Amino acid sequence: MIELKNISKTFTSKSGPITALENISITIEDGEIFGIIGLSGAGKSTLVRCINLLERPDSGEVVIDGVNLMEVSKKELLTIRQNIGMIFQGFNLLEQRNVLKNVTFPLEVAGWEKEKAKARALELLEIVGLSDRALSYPSQLSGGQKQRVAIARALATNPKYILCDEATSALDPNTTSSILELLRHINKTMGVTVIIITHEMDVIERICHRVAVLDKSHVAEMGYVTDVFTDPQSDIARELVLPKILSALDQTTGYALRLVFNGESSDKPIVSSLVTECSAPVSILFADIKELDGKNYGQMLIVLPRDATEALEKMCDWLTRNHVKFSMETTLTREEDKA
Amino acid sequence: MTDALTKLLENNILQLGIWETIYMTLISTLIAYLIGLPLGVILTITDKDGIRPIPWLNKTLGIIVNIFRSIPFIVLMVAFLPLSKLLVGKSYGNEAMIVMLVIAAAPYIARMVESSIKEVGAGIIEAAQSMGTPTLQIITKVLLPEAKISLIVGAVISSVTVLSYTAMGATISAGGLGSIAIIWGHQRSNPEITWICVALIILIVQVIQEVGMRLARKLDKRAK
Repeated sequence: MIELKNISKTFTSKSGPITALENISITIEDGEIFGIIGLSGAGKSTLVRCINLLERPDSGEVVIDGVNLMEVSKKELLTIRQNIGMIFQGFNLLEQRNVLKNVTFPLEVAGWEKEKAKARALELLEIVGLSDRALSYPSQLSGGQKQRVAIARALATNPKYILCDEATSALDPNTTSSILELLRHINKTMGVTVIIITHEMDVIERICHRVAVLDKSHVAEMGYVTDVFTDPQSDIARELVLPKILSALDQTTGYALRLVFNGESSDKPIVSSLVTECSAPVSILFADIKELDGKNYGQMLIVLPRDATEALEKMCDWLTRNHVKFSMETTLTREEDKA
Repeated sequence: MTDALTKLLENNILQLGIWETIYMTLISTLIAYLIGLPLGVILTITDKDGIRPIPWLNKTLGIIVNIFRSIPFIVLMVAFLPLSKLLVGKSYGNEAMIVMLVIAAAPYIARMVESSIKEVGAGIIEAAQSMGTPTLQIITKVLLPEAKISLIVGAVISSVTVLSYTAMGATISAGGLGSIAIIWGHQRSNPEITWICVALIILIVQVIQEVGMRLARKLDKRAK
C-alpha cells in the first residue's frame, strides 16, 4: 500500500517560488490500477516522483508498506526503489546497450548473477512480446517496442509497484491501446499495482480502477473511475471528462442525456431499444465509443425534444433497469434555461 | 636531397623525431586522462544539477581548472619546470616535456569529459535512479558508457591538441618534429626540413583523426 500524506513541494525559480504540490493525500491500495490525471502543470509528474523520492517533498510522509521513505537512509532508499518500477514518456532506455542488456540493467544493480539475470530478462521479453529483438539496439525499435522494453526493464526485479509517467503520451492510438493492454495484463496476472500519470482521460477510462484528478497542485476529485466519469463533481474533472460533450451541449435546446459505457453496460443495442421500447425520438449529438475485449467504453450524448417528457421518463427508467450509467446534462445547456 | 636532410636521415634524427612526437603525445594524453577523466566526472556530478551536488567542491575544482586553462602553454612550461625537477628529476628533455603536457592537458581534458557526460539525457539518468542505482554505478554503467562516443571524439581532439603542444619542446630541450623544424629547419635555414616536419605532423594528425573517428562510428549503437 502506498500512502501519501500531506505532501507539499515548492520549487524555487528565477521568477520566485512555484508551488507544485500542496497538501496532497492519496492512498493507493495493493493490486489496483490507480490513475492520476491533470492538465500540464498540475503537478502530476512531481507527485509521481514523490512516490519513489526522485523528488523529495518539502513536507509530508511517503509511506510504502508501512515504511516512511522520508525517514530511511540513502542506502535503504536505493533498495526500496528496486521494488518500484518506473516507465517514462521518453522511454529512457540506455542507447548503447541492446534490448537484453537494458532489461538486465536493474538486475545488475540488484546484484543478480549474470546467467540468472539473462534468463529473467528473456522471460520478461517473452511476456512483452519482444523475444526476437533481444539483440537489437533501442535505435532500431519503434516507440511502442521501446516502451515494451522499458516495461520489461521495470518489471525485472519483480517489483510490487510500477509507476507510469505519461507512458503512452508519445505513442499513436493503436500502440497506446496495446501498451495499456499490456499494463492491464501485468496487473491482472502478476498482481503488480500500477500507478498511471496522464493528461488523457481516455487512458484513465480504459484501464484505471480509481483516479485522482489533480488541479493547481491540489486533488480536485478522487474516486472510482466509473463514478468520476459518470458524475464528475469538480470543474476540472468536467473539463477533462466532457470536453467535446460540453461544446456539443452548447448547441442543443432539447433534453440532453449523457450515457457512459465502461465495459459493464448492457450489451443490448441501446439506441434502437430506446426508440422501440420507450418510443423515444432520440437523436445522437455526440458519441465516442470504442470496443475493447468485446466491451464498450466511452460516452454518448443523446437529445430528446423539449415536449417529449413522457418518453424521457420511460427512457430513464429503461436505462436504470438495464444498468446503463447516465446523467442529465440539460441543466447546464443554455443560458435561457436558467432564466 | 640536400646535405642537411641527408645528415638528418643518416643519423636517424628525423626517425627519432617522429617517434618522440608520437610517444610524447600518447604518453602525455594517457596520463592526462588518468587525471582529467575522474576530474571531469567529479565536475559533472557535483554540479548543482548533477547526481551528487556538492557546490563548494564543484566551484573549487572549477576555479583550479580554469586557472590552468588560462595559462599560455609556453609560459606554463617555464613556470612549472621546478615541479618537473621534483617529479622526474629533470627540468629539461622529453620527460620534463611530458610533465608539462600533462599539466596543460589534464584540465583541458576534464572540461572535454564534462561536456561529453553532460550530453547524456537527464531521462536516462533519472531512469537509473528510479531503479535504485548507486552513484558509482550510475557513473560506470550509465554516464561513461552512454557518453562513450562523445568521449572518443573528445580524446581525438585532445590528443591532437597535445601533439601541437609537443612542437614547443625545443624550449626545454625536448625532442620531436617541432624541435627538428625549429633547430634544423628555422635556425639553420633549411626550409625543406621545416616543410618535411610540417608534412609529417599533418600525417600523424590525420592518422589519429581517422583511427579515432572510425572507432567512434564502429562503437556507436545509436545510428541506423
